[in-house]
Amino acid sequence: MLDATSQPLLELAGLQAWYGESHILHGVDLDVRAGEVVTLLGRNGAGKTTTLKSIMGMVGKRAGSVRFEGTETIHMSSDRIARLGIALCPEERGIFSSLNVEENLMLPPQVRPGGLPLDQIFDLFPNLKERLSSQGTKLSGGEQQMLAIGRILRTGATLLMLDEPTEGLAPVIIQQIGHTIRKLKAQGFTILLVEQNFRFASTVADRYYVMEHGKIIDGFANSELAANMDKLHTYLGV
Amino acid sequence: MMIPILNISTQALFGQLLLGLINGAFYALLSLGLAVIFGMLNIVNFAHGALYMVGAFCAYFLLNLFGLGYWWALLIAPIVVGALGVVIERTMLQRLAGLDHLYGLLLTFGLALIIQGVFQNYFGSSGLPYAIPPELQGGSNLGFMYLPNYRGWVVVFSLVVCLATWFMIERTKLGAYLRAATENPSLVRAFGINVPLMITLTYGFGVGLAALAGVLAAPINQVRPLMGADFIIVVFAVVVIGGMGSIMGSVVTGFMLGVVEGMTKVFWPEASNTVVFVIMAVVLLIKPAGLFGRTA
Ligand SMILES: Nc1ncnc2c1ncn2[C@@H]1O[C@H](COP(=O)(O)OP(=O)(O)OP(=O)(O)O)[C@@H](O)[C@H]1O
Ligand SMILES: [Mg+2]
Repeated sequence: MLDATSQPLLELAGLQAWYGESHILHGVDLDVRAGEVVTLLGRNGAGKTTTLKSIMGMVGKRAGSVRFEGTETIHMSSDRIARLGIALCPEERGIFSSLNVEENLMLPPQVRPGGLPLDQIFDLFPNLKERLSSQGTKLSGGEQQMLAIGRILRTGATLLMLDEPTEGLAPVIIQQIGHTIRKLKAQGFTILLVEQNFRFASTVADRYYVMEHGKIIDGFANSELAANMDKLHTYLGV
Repeated sequence: MMIPILNISTQALFGQLLLGLINGAFYALLSLGLAVIFGMLNIVNFAHGALYMVGAFCAYFLLNLFGLGYWWALLIAPIVVGALGVVIERTMLQRLAGLDHLYGLLLTFGLALIIQGVFQNYFGSSGLPYAIPPELQGGSNLGFMYLPNYRGWVVVFSLVVCLATWFMIERTKLGAYLRAATENPSLVRAFGINVPLMITLTYGFGVGLAALAGVLAAPINQVRPLMGADFIIVVFAVVVIGGMGSIMGSVVTGFMLGVVEGMTKVFWPEASNTVVFVIMAVVLLIKPAGLFGRTA
């Protein structure tokens, strides 16, 4: 008998995606259960960002199946998908330069009850509180990343998708982001993470998927990481 | 009283200053709408002048068919033309999303010709009279000049509308959505906001502003099918000078150029028709993004 928790929160089956004429995803299968932190690994250009964007409905054309809480979303527009409770922190961070920090933070509307209250977001990222009236893009790279994560915590989204949140950041900020992810997991958020840095990923992830050429080629749990290290080095070319 | 050096009476000077401010008020209202539309839709709305004219005709029809006067027109014409804009956006402009600017420009230019052609067919080219509302007839003597009440009203009212629009865009939550969607529509949509609906309403709002300007102009310029056609060319020059898509820029530049034009009429009348275009050429040479434009 299946119980409610064994049903995946997010379920991708044969997901294909195109940018214009270019066919990028060739059938991605993966699932994420409620409360998990799942990390998507893969070389540059493997299709990790495209997978997150396809889940969000942000690519030109998609086919296959993306179910969230059992609801098929493959024909939904991205605003409707967001309202189901999925939020993306994009690879390029997407801080708006014509908005100040406070406006950036408050921009995403509440899609469900149960988002983090503002004071908890400021507890996680105290820097933001002091810069509320600065122009969004005047923040440092690390602060922009905190803003990009902070603004999706308010919305009540239960699945957070973070695309390379540590890219280009100093070790101390990477630690802060790792700490944040563990805290969010403890609060019951489900996280789908894209990372190149699997040393960082291993400090937060429950499971891994490896992507290559627009497909999932392997998957294992964090406890199997050591056993899979050699394979992983080959996959990632590191 | 005379200004001794230039031999120009202050009466004439202030008279032209007021005329300049009034023209500036229209430039500001129209270029503001163009700026808002350009920001969200990436379309240079060449139908703006025609829709300004439709706004004035709305006022004329409301009065002559339904007995609804100026104040009703001020409310209803922008709504009617805004609704027309919504239909235009949903049925035509939406299909151009992602294509080159040129397509939007050609489509709206064609629309302008069609709309103007239809009105010309029924109303010829002569002007239809539209009276100043009784509350605003007459004028006040300010000591240094005579101020017709209606003209004073036009300047103050457009200033209020422009500032309210600026406030709405720069200082409210709705405005934050608009600014964000101008920068990165797909991300704003991925936060759960219905961006296509916002785009449609923005176009409706922008052309609604044009209709409002049309109603304001009706008692001054009469109601003519081509009233927008000549005017809009200068407005486009204003938009270029201010910087495409800048809200405050279009308002400030609109009033400023109206005044500059008026002053040119006093000091060098022959140049008054070309001064805006000369300024445009100079601005394009020195600061191609416009006075208030962000350098992309
Ligand atoms: N907007 C786009 N239009 C066309 N092709 C694109 C677009 N974005 C990405 N691609 C292509 O899709 C493929 C997958 O890109 P994607 O960004 O998903 O890779 P990634 O795994 O996130 O890589 P990285 O680690 O460098 O971020 C690449 O070959 C890329 O060139
Ligand atoms: Mg990527």
